[in-house]
Amino acid sequence: MAIVPALPRKLHGPSIWALYVIGLCPAVWSFYLGASGGLGINPVKEFEHLLGLWALRFIILTLAVTPLRDLLGINWIRYRRALGLLAFYYVLMHFSVWMLLDLGMDLNAVFADILKRPYITIGMVCLAALVPLAVTSNNYFIRRLGKLWIDMHHLIYPIALGGALHYFLAVKSVTTEPFIHIAAIALLLAYRPLRKPFLRWKKARKTVDSPQPAHR
Amino acid sequence: APLQAKPGPYKLDEKLTPKEAVTSYNNFYEFGTDKSDPSNNAGDFKPTPWTVKVDGLVGNPKEFGLEELMKMPIEDRTYRMRCVEGWSMVIPWIGFPLAALLDQVEPQGSAKYVSFETVVRPEEMPGQKGLFQPLPWPYVEGLRLDEARHPLAILAVGLYGETLPNQNGAPIRLVVPWKYGFKSIKSIVRISLTEKQPETTWKNSNAREYGFYSNVNPAVDHPRWSQATEQRIGEGGFFSTARRKTLPFNGYGDEVASLYSGMDLKANY
Repeated sequence: MAIVPALPRKLHGPSIWALYVIGLCPAVWSFYLGASGGLGINPVKEFEHLLGLWALRFIILTLAVTPLRDLLGINWIRYRRALGLLAFYYVLMHFSVWMLLDLGMDLNAVFADILKRPYITIGMVCLAALVPLAVTSNNYFIRRLGKLWIDMHHLIYPIALGGALHYFLAVKSVTTEPFIHIAAIALLLAYRPLRKPFLRWKKARKTVDSPQPAHR
Repeated sequence: APLQAKPGPYKLDEKLTPKEAVTSYNNFYEFGTDKSDPSNNAGDFKPTPWTVKVDGLVGNPKEFGLEELMKMPIEDRTYRMRCVEGWSMVIPWIGFPLAALLDQVEPQGSAKYVSFETVVRPEEMPGQKGLFQPLPWPYVEGLRLDEARHPLAILAVGLYGETLPNQNGAPIRLVVPWKYGFKSIKSIVRISLTEKQPETTWKNSNAREYGFYSNVNPAVDHPRWSQATEQRIGEGGFFSTARRKTLPFNGYGDEVASLYSGMDLKANY
């Protein structure tokens, strides 16, 4: 059941690098617009918000890899590391722009906000939790940590939840854009507990359906 | 359209926010929730003809036509504007004291508050239709009668030497410069004098975050963000935001602080 045509094996590597390049385009383009006066009246806030939105989008794509394979048979697992790392880079840029450009490196204000504002506290915890995931995203740590690596990288679930909550708490009212992003994360997280029973059911159906050999 | 007014009594030695920013960076959810939505989506709005109904606890309830309102003693009033979201502007309004209008309708002794209501026209205001409505309509606001009578509180009919652009609350809006911007209700169709404290839209939406008074106060944080500083729109650039300290009552403390003497402003935020 192949919905999308399979990519020739020799293009797997280059396609991952292409994903990094394409994935960083929104940041580069928004930065260019901001620095050249094209992001409107309040360019720093706009840039900050765009980076945050893209961080959420890459978290959504990262979480979508598994259900896409289970439900539609599209195996894009080779892109998951790049998607996760792109999410991390965007969270890091989102934070840096807030600290450097928005608050102008006023560290008192930065720490006061992190401690006092729940949505900023949540955002900060998510960024901190992403650091070990990014550091251990390479093949060396995957081999080295084994089962622990898998457990550890399940941290992406609370991080995604935190990201959605951060967004929900930061807006004055939940309009279409926040709703769509938050709903996507909620759906993808809700799929996780359903996954095992679903796969069991799928496997059972396959065994029943598959034709028995006519002769032994 | 061009609008002439005589100089008003309040002077402000601060750089005006560029007109382009004043007319394209707006919160006016009736036209959408993005800052650029009002200027992009307000083109179909028809601010004329217009009437404002003034009723409630008054001796002389009355409907004012726009022509009549434009004959009020209008003058230039340059004020600071501080949004609850942490940004600010300096805007050259044209308007007349709200007290002048209230005098004409003769408030009764029992009137303690003034309530205001924005027009509802989904066919002209795209933010008022669709699946996700950020707020219930009409947008409503209110002031205590003594606040409403304060000479700083005006009904604005213009800015930058012209009649009000649609996105800024045409044809007539409130401006209360010592309170957060959302108190300065736009496109007013009704003003009522009441005995009870009126309903206000943002307080109904989230009472913990938006109080009835909503005086600009750097010492009382919004539950989700600090109010100690503000970003002056139109100043600074991409690599240097123009952050400044927020002043109590938005810098109008000398004029208005006495309205609140003896009140706990942390409890009455």
